[in-house]
Amino acid sequence: MTASDKASRPNYNPLTKPAPELWRDPDATPFVVFDGITKKFDDFTAVDNISLNIYKRELFCLLGGSGSGKSTLLRMLAGFEQPTSGRILIDGVDMAGIPPWNRPVNMMFQSYALFPHLTVENNVGFGLRREGMAEADVKRRVKDILDMVQMGHLARRKPHQLSGGQRQRVALARSLVKRPKLLLLDEPLGALDKKLREETQFELMNIQDELGVTFIVVTHDQEEAMTLATRIGVMNNGEVVQVGEPHDIYEYPGSRYVAQFIGSVNLLEGQVIVDEADEVKIQSADAGCILHVNHGISCAPNQTVHVALRPEKIQISHHAPEQTENCMQGVIEDIAYMGSLSVFRVRLNSGKEIRVTQPNFARDMGARFTWEDRVYLHWDIDSSVVLTV
Amino acid sequence: MSKLPGYALVGRILARRNLTFNRFAAFNPGRKAVISIPFFWLAVFFFIPFLVVFKISFSESDIAIPPYTSLFTWDADEAYATLTLYLGNYAYLIEDSFYLDAYLSSIKIAAISTIITLIVGFPMAYLIARSQGSKRLILLSLVILPFWTSFLLRVYAWMALLKKNGVVNDMLMALGMIDEPVRMLQTDFAVYVGIVYTYLPFMILPLYAVLEKMDLTLIEAAEDLGCHPIQSFFLVTVPLAMPGIVAGCLLVFIPVVGEYVIPALLGGSDTLMIGRVLWDEFSLNRNWPMASAVAIVMLVVLVLPIMFLRNRVGNKESI
Repeated sequence: MTASDKASRPNYNPLTKPAPELWRDPDATPFVVFDGITKKFDDFTAVDNISLNIYKRELFCLLGGSGSGKSTLLRMLAGFEQPTSGRILIDGVDMAGIPPWNRPVNMMFQSYALFPHLTVENNVGFGLRREGMAEADVKRRVKDILDMVQMGHLARRKPHQLSGGQRQRVALARSLVKRPKLLLLDEPLGALDKKLREETQFELMNIQDELGVTFIVVTHDQEEAMTLATRIGVMNNGEVVQVGEPHDIYEYPGSRYVAQFIGSVNLLEGQVIVDEADEVKIQSADAGCILHVNHGISCAPNQTVHVALRPEKIQISHHAPEQTENCMQGVIEDIAYMGSLSVFRVRLNSGKEIRVTQPNFARDMGARFTWEDRVYLHWDIDSSVVLTV
Repeated sequence: MSKLPGYALVGRILARRNLTFNRFAAFNPGRKAVISIPFFWLAVFFFIPFLVVFKISFSESDIAIPPYTSLFTWDADEAYATLTLYLGNYAYLIEDSFYLDAYLSSIKIAAISTIITLIVGFPMAYLIARSQGSKRLILLSLVILPFWTSFLLRVYAWMALLKKNGVVNDMLMALGMIDEPVRMLQTDFAVYVGIVYTYLPFMILPLYAVLEKMDLTLIEAAEDLGCHPIQSFFLVTVPLAMPGIVAGCLLVFIPVVGEYVIPALLGGSDTLMIGRVLWDEFSLNRNWPMASAVAIVMLVVLVLPIMFLRNRVGNKESI
């Protein structure tokens, strides 16, 4: 990819630069293929007929709440669970009947699963020694990878002598040291505090850049998924409900579930009154106005739909704006000052509660609005999304 | 951190220095009270009898009641007190190779049966630890169930099973595997059967305790890193179960060395164990001082390996 390619991409994110966007190329060969995968535990369906392609050098995030089947999917890739039906291919090889110890996959466990009776260096060298690698090579590889995760100075410690962040680095080093084609990470940053999480996120991306491994990350944390991933697969009730780049998932959620799961969102119910190819108008009792959206949808006339509106895309003002469409009136019920931004809860005339965030671009922003103020909420026609499901 | 009282701080520092006994040193009165009960029990029923036995081991056998000479003699006329320490019992223990053979044979039998118990008990403990809910409870109670009948009764039951016209021989003959009854009772084989059967729960329970606590994702991690299940068993499960293995082995080995009933009932005349020797000295020969000396030496022989193992496990746990 050339620099001009990058620049031409409107949603270019410098943090996810290493991955060439193979998934945008319909002819590209996928690296991991889930082909109609279903997993049942007795009569409970944990994973329901999932088909999904993941490409080389991706950092793919499986995002979902607990019980959504994301961990089961990961465990099937590692070989700890067998699918009830369907095929899993890794690099073109069908994984059916291949036990975990013969798969080209390593996993970083949520609990880290470091061997408590072994030192850091022996934990990391464990997998290499099982391959029968010469002791000198093991030592060198272990040292290199520990230096990379900045744990070289603690190589002789036991896991219980390390902090949570240090253990996490060791677990990462242990899963990387065998240079797997595919690295699976189960809630990799779950046990870390916020500051450490952020540092580690960037570190993970650097490592991926350096080693060119394909990552599949399971997480319930949408913020983690947004920063890490090249693509996100949102899971719910054993199904993948939407797959897309973080930007697409956030800006163009395909369903109310996804819109609500990723970030916070206001949903306004209404009936379609104008349905053109490139614009939609919706009469909404919730909003008390006509909602105007500049993209087409496929729906029946007068169908009830929802308009998803992100809190940060709403303007708040004391004076009536010129526009009558996409403009609501309400009373401020609650204000939360969060430093960089303020969050308002506005009660509309219809009784509907709307969440609005405003960046505090001036120091006295907080003082401009107060409780019980009557305010107007308005937004542009390209700020909201119509959802039919 | 809140301010700690002085004694707690001292306790912490000592604990950090790995002075394990200090964990038991009572720094607060409540603790002291709780610990004093078993301490008192051990003092009265273990330590004082031990001192009595120790004392008797330095007497000479005598035809009297009690059947040994007294260590102290007091001559009232001369106001002359004498303390006589007779070392002949210990000297005889060393001189007569019979005793040494008995010790060695006891240790050999105890060691072999400990290993067999471990090999038999480990898979059982593993299975119990891995089973779920009510199944686990049932299996555990099956392990403990034999304790509900008398130990002696169970050994007698084995006599019935193993004797010439016993259940085992009858069955083997009915199956056509043997033509005439095999002599099993009064052999070392019967002794091993009896010991392994009797002491198996003492091996299973500590093993179960460690295996049950073990994090199963560690096994998955080992397999993920390229371990065949057999490898992961020896590289992960066994090292992590080590405290339980050591505890189980001690719980079996120590009492088996001094075991009397099983070799007496199931073993032959050639099954030499120190417990039998001790009993024979005491009851047949009525040589209390000799029996006491045998007991004291047995204690020394047992205490040394235990201290060694205790240290090893202590180190393992502190790492």
